[in-house]
Amino acid sequence: MSQFSKIWGELRQGGNTITLFVIILFFSTLLASLSNMFLPETSVLHVSTYTITLLGKYLCYAMLALAVDVIWGYCGILSLGHGAFFALGGYAMGMYLMRQIGDRGVYGNSDLPDFMVFLNWDTLPWYWYGMDQFWFAMLMVALVPGLLALVFGWLAFRSRVTGVYLSIITQALTYALMLAFFRNEMGFGGNNGLTDFKEIAGFDLSADNTRVSLFVITAIVLAVVFVSSQLIMRSRLGRVLVSIRDSEARARFLGYRTDHFKVWLFVYSAVIAALAGALYVPQVGIINPGEFSPVNSIEIVVWVAVGGRGTLYGAVVGAILVSYAKTRFTSLVPESWIFMLGALFVFVTIFLPKGLAGLLKKRRQRDNADSGGGGIAGLGVSGEAKS
Amino acid sequence: MRTLLLLICCLVFQMAAAQQAPDSAQSTPERDDNVLPSLLLELTEANFRRMPTLVTEIEQAGGRAVLPLLTVLQDGQLYYQVDTRELVRRQESDGGRVTLTDVFSDNERIDVDNQSLEMVRINNRLRAVLQATIARIKLFEGNDAERAEAASIMLSNLDEDNLVVLNEAIADEQVPSVAAMINVALAMNLLVTDAPQAERLAAVEALNGNLEGPVRNLLRSFLDELGRNEQDLEVRAAMASALASIERKVRFYQLMEQAFYGLSLGSVLLLAAIGLAVTFGVMGVINMAHGEMLMLGAYTTYVVQMLMPEFITYSLWVAIPAAFAVSGLVGMFIQRFVIRYLNGRPLETLLATFGISLILQQAVRTIFSPLNRLVVSPEWMSGSWDINPVLSLTNNRLFILLFSIIVFVILLLILKKTSLGLQVRAVSQNRDMAKAMGIRTDWVDAMTFGLGSGVAGIAGVALSQLTNVGPNLGQDYIIDSFMVVVFGGVGNLWGTLVGAFSLGVANKFMEPMTGAVLAKIITLVFIILFIQIRPKGLFPQKGRAAE
Repeated sequence: MSQFSKIWGELRQGGNTITLFVIILFFSTLLASLSNMFLPETSVLHVSTYTITLLGKYLCYAMLALAVDVIWGYCGILSLGHGAFFALGGYAMGMYLMRQIGDRGVYGNSDLPDFMVFLNWDTLPWYWYGMDQFWFAMLMVALVPGLLALVFGWLAFRSRVTGVYLSIITQALTYALMLAFFRNEMGFGGNNGLTDFKEIAGFDLSADNTRVSLFVITAIVLAVVFVSSQLIMRSRLGRVLVSIRDSEARARFLGYRTDHFKVWLFVYSAVIAALAGALYVPQVGIINPGEFSPVNSIEIVVWVAVGGRGTLYGAVVGAILVSYAKTRFTSLVPESWIFMLGALFVFVTIFLPKGLAGLLKKRRQRDNADSGGGGIAGLGVSGEAKS
Repeated sequence: MRTLLLLICCLVFQMAAAQQAPDSAQSTPERDDNVLPSLLLELTEANFRRMPTLVTEIEQAGGRAVLPLLTVLQDGQLYYQVDTRELVRRQESDGGRVTLTDVFSDNERIDVDNQSLEMVRINNRLRAVLQATIARIKLFEGNDAERAEAASIMLSNLDEDNLVVLNEAIADEQVPSVAAMINVALAMNLLVTDAPQAERLAAVEALNGNLEGPVRNLLRSFLDELGRNEQDLEVRAAMASALASIERKVRFYQLMEQAFYGLSLGSVLLLAAIGLAVTFGVMGVINMAHGEMLMLGAYTTYVVQMLMPEFITYSLWVAIPAAFAVSGLVGMFIQRFVIRYLNGRPLETLLATFGISLILQQAVRTIFSPLNRLVVSPEWMSGSWDINPVLSLTNNRLFILLFSIIVFVILLLILKKTSLGLQVRAVSQNRDMAKAMGIRTDWVDAMTFGLGSGVAGIAGVALSQLTNVGPNLGQDYIIDSFMVVVFGGVGNLWGTLVGAFSLGVANKFMEPMTGAVLAKIITLVFIILFIQIRPKGLFPQKGRAAE
């Protein structure tokens, strides 16, 4: 028992959180990848490529949850439209993958993706130019959602739209984008979205090695994003953000341009979400307008809520746990999942306002009080002020 | 043989009745009583190629007396018994109840077996012939409105037969509306013939301002170089100006129609949003399950109709209070068991109620299947109000527009005039002070929530008359409802009214230019931008209550 609490106690201490997180992530990734590649398929410990892809998907979700936690947990901005940035990043990646198909499509047209041939278009729309270059596509993955977040955030935070109003208009944003992407005229494949990808940067997407590499890359990006977010939150900037969350008016009176902080944090979060989307698409092999649906965005929020907001690692854990539960339950009893998800929302908000991370923290504090050890007072991030 | 005799008797009786009518007596042609029964027999075996001529022959043989037969045939209700080849009328009600009646009289036929019946099939070509034939007969039978309509149908088919009938009809036509329509038909015919210039100019003058489609088509064809291409310059100029003035009028009425559709959409938005305006606006509670309250209302309508299939006409009057009760109770339940514990934490309330909305949707999906359910519109809701050939307003939209305003007024009265309303406003302004004054805030919260949810249930009844009733019904409206409330200004019912109607009308006016989806996107983007400029909506709450 004390062994456990010791580990968690260290986990709570700033620097160790990062190390521990990265170490766990590193070893589980390494283990999964190695057992996939080197163990024979008959072995009990063999991890199938399907599982690797599933894990890769979870890590993308974890990154997405991290993006929401950065703004919700640390700055009090509840975005119900983060799926939009995720999907936009995914679409940028999808466009690149679409152009890589070349003349291997059903219609064998090397200049146009299949769905454009199907719609009788004869030229590539201007916004598809350059998407066949990997570097340009990657630039767009970050740039388009980032710009959207900048414009949207600038408009919203400058006029001090906060709280539920902001939540609702972010939801409207993703809803509007969903309607737009469902239109064939938009040139993004309409209802069917983009799919039938063949290869990425010259590597066959269906090959096991590519799949494992994508998984490893996702894990690395997640680690980088986690570390950078953790560093930001522990810097002076992070303190200002938390003060904005706790009392925006007071932070403003102290002389901080709160709207600037919020806009840049929003952009940062949007770019993380977009990266997650870009890594998600080659692994699942499809992107369609359904990713923009408001329900998806709200599901992200519940991941963070379950894991515990304002902790970063909580978001990651929540995303993986809830997604795993979803995979299991939808395959067992498809109908029950929605009931469970709904109940989870109600249960977590009423009984677990600080999520699983909060539960652990409470435990830790109680253990500390029992043993008379140097308990660290304070809640959430503010408790880490000393480090 | 027996049945054949019966049929003939029936017909003879009918014809005798027709001949007694004074105005139809002289125009009924001589007929051979032996022809008609054999024609009727042929009706049961003729193919589609034979049918049109057969219908014409039946008209010639039977005269106006065959009108019931033709209308029954047009409605697809004409059946015959396979063995005796006797014709019967088979009607099926909404509830699936089959009634068999005699074609020419309304006598019920209990001796005929439903199983032994075969339908007399019709196709589109036959339908057109039937319409023309029925119009020819109806020009003399029926009430004024029916006769005017018959004349207007004849406009698009001015052949020899029709002209003879029209000329005969105008001779002693008393009713102005029917006479005007016939005159238009005659004027159209005059234009086509080689009449002198003066007469043709007069004919153009007579057509000026007429909104009937065939009139416009005829004038257009005269001005078209590939069509009739009028040579006489003076007549041509007159035609051009007549057509221009007609088209101006048409455009005006089309705008009116667009405005009506906009108002109709606005009324739907108002109904969907007004309950939200109470819970979100007055109580400050975000209820993401509001859309599901609409859905519950719509499903209540469905269940009520299932329970009383014989009384579809009255089912809505039962459904309205039932839906109010069901949604209101579910709303109060949510308030008592979830929202109460999240007081003052709006973001958490939002998440919890979203979870409830998922549960409710899935529950409905499990109970009623994920497929859309059919809710029948009672007869008084269907049909339309035809103001002129260009402008017709559908009854269900008209009723719902009216209904939404009634609901709005009632809700406004409840909030302004009742003691509950007073308490609700007090609590929304200052909860602690209200409590100190002895108001049971807990009770007020539950009642307000029940009221808002109940109104949403009523809105669901109205929506079930316009759209499909399915588990996703609520989802489609929740974002729109929030937009309306936020746009109009939170905590202000008048703002919701103005917001709903202006968004509805704006949406419908944009639609012809941009398409439905893009119009919706533009509206959403507009509201997002609008909130930047006026974060508190069109009509912000003023004073201390605002913060």
